[in-house]
Amino acid sequence: MTAPTLDDDLDSLLLIRHFEQRLLDLFAAGELNGTTHTCLGQEHVPVALSPLLAEDDFVLSNHRGHGHYLARYDDPAGLLAEIMGRRGGVCDGVGGSQHLFRDGYLSTGVQGESLPVGVGIALSLRRRKPGSVVVAYIGDGTWGEGAVYEALNMAALWRAPMIVVVEHNGIAQTTPTEAHLAGTIGGRCAGFGIRHRLVEGNDVTAIRAALAPAISLVRTSGEPLVVEFRTHRLGPHSKGDDTRSEQELEAARRADWYPRLAAAAPESFAAADGRQRDRVAAVVDDVRARPASEWRRQWPANE
Amino acid sequence: MAGERVVEALNRGLHDLLGRDPGTLLLGEDVLDPYGGAFRATKGLSTRFPDQVLSTPISENGIVGVANGLALAGHRVLVEVMFGDFLLLAFDQIVNFAAKSVSMYGRRVPLRTVVRCPVGGGRGYGPTHSQNPQKHLIGVPHLALAEMSAFHDPRHVLADLLDRGDPAVFFEDKILYTQPARGEGRIDQLWAAELPAGPLGPAVLTMGRPESTDCLIICPGGVADRAMRAGAELLLRHELETQIIVPSRLWPFDAKPVLDAAGRAAVVCVVEDGPAGGGWGAAVAHELHTALWGQLSRPVVTVAAEPEVIPAAPHLEETVRVGPAKIVTAVWEATR
Repeated sequence: MTAPTLDDDLDSLLLIRHFEQRLLDLFAAGELNGTTHTCLGQEHVPVALSPLLAEDDFVLSNHRGHGHYLARYDDPAGLLAEIMGRRGGVCDGVGGSQHLFRDGYLSTGVQGESLPVGVGIALSLRRRKPGSVVVAYIGDGTWGEGAVYEALNMAALWRAPMIVVVEHNGIAQTTPTEAHLAGTIGGRCAGFGIRHRLVEGNDVTAIRAALAPAISLVRTSGEPLVVEFRTHRLGPHSKGDDTRSEQELEAARRADWYPRLAAAAPESFAAADGRQRDRVAAVVDDVRARPASEWRRQWPANE
Repeated sequence: MAGERVVEALNRGLHDLLGRDPGTLLLGEDVLDPYGGAFRATKGLSTRFPDQVLSTPISENGIVGVANGLALAGHRVLVEVMFGDFLLLAFDQIVNFAAKSVSMYGRRVPLRTVVRCPVGGGRGYGPTHSQNPQKHLIGVPHLALAEMSAFHDPRHVLADLLDRGDPAVFFEDKILYTQPARGEGRIDQLWAAELPAGPLGPAVLTMGRPESTDCLIICPGGVADRAMRAGAELLLRHELETQIIVPSRLWPFDAKPVLDAAGRAAVVCVVEDGPAGGGWGAAVAHELHTALWGQLSRPVVTVAAEPEVIPAAPHLEETVRVGPAKIVTAVWEATR
């Protein structure tokens, strides 16, 4: 791992931002099929974490996973082709937006399902690649699922080197946290004796510095860790289904990293912004022109 | 092996499977020695393979999920779910994760998770511990279903399920655990068993003259003993000669090995010990109707349990489960 520069981080944040915005545009224009869940406003979470991960670490992502993918792999064309069902998609268009798989990365679309799976992968890593960790991204809404607690219990009992990253954006589809979560996430972790770190703000460098020792400790001790990011979802749950008030949306926009970073260094920000906007535009043009993907179905030999 | 009971054959198979590959793991509730699992199927494993056996909390969905994670990382994983009824708690991990992950990422992702579970009544455990849940998992793409029988060596069946790369569920009839492991050969004065298509193919039970079959019964391993008793009754009372076919693999069901016998029999009867309605019997009957339309002399008869819960008291339990008399009546009525 080479340490990323501030410019690298900014490029990564802006790539994800423009990618997600173009997705919503493409949906509005009728060019995309199905559904999507954008991570607008949450880009800093995987951008802060990705450089702390090694090649042998395993990332489990969820329905809102484009940022997780793009922060780990510089592959916007593969992701867009997957979403558009075009040649060169990560999974040939079979999985689509929320079902991606590469060595060391898997996303799936059922809430909470990934955490027991993460415990299993973590136990295998401990045997075969000691020092490696699983990072599983979930949301605040995921804490309604029983699988979360079965997994946390086993992770703590068996010292599974797993880091659960909670993107607590205050809203589960349309349901605000206070209407779906009793107590606190930290309190729930305490019940299992699992360390819990709360992260506020979106300063990528500061977040990374604060989390690096805690993540190292997971590698050496095997003790699981829950990192809760207080964040904001700028966009709708999927598309056009935002039920929040203008006041709430304004609060989310005020907390966004984009205007803050634009004001901090206007010239270099504008240059980076233009660069990533153009890059995404080029990716869209490229992928849009590709033929439809082909599903290479392989049936079991004895079926 | 001579004198072995089925649970001992199963236990021996599990020992072999953990012994052949240190990457093969077994997870389940209360599987450690000295207890060795609720039905003692895992006895001795944790002593002999302490690094390969993991005793878990009561978390069926969670432990199948852990198994799936281990399988994704390349392990072969056996999960013991204490009662088949509790499979439903793990439905998400079996159907949405294990089975779908095999193909939903655009390329084949082998997932070697095999969930074993005791099923069926006859032990007085009552409605939540006696179910045959097979039908709830039939037809799930990339999920294999197999059932234990006294004729198939569990070692071969489980090895196949673990090696093929699709997740699987292995159903183990509870009554069968304490029955003799028969394998091939003579069963009693009337019946003899053969595995003409090898250790994984269906077992064929005959009365010695398969060419003169009046009735063909197709049933899973847990029902075979009741089918044999029905066959004896059909011979004594109605002079009908019966052949029984016991597939190890329930799904995907391979009809080819049974077509010849089914085409020649006067009556074909498919038996399952669970309630009808989207079940295995109807699916098998449909395959036979499709393959043998015009050749069958009458519709395939299906026999299923009563559409009820399985009661606890023995005299009530017998009113719901499939017994030999129900098979005899169904076959006899079809011939008239």
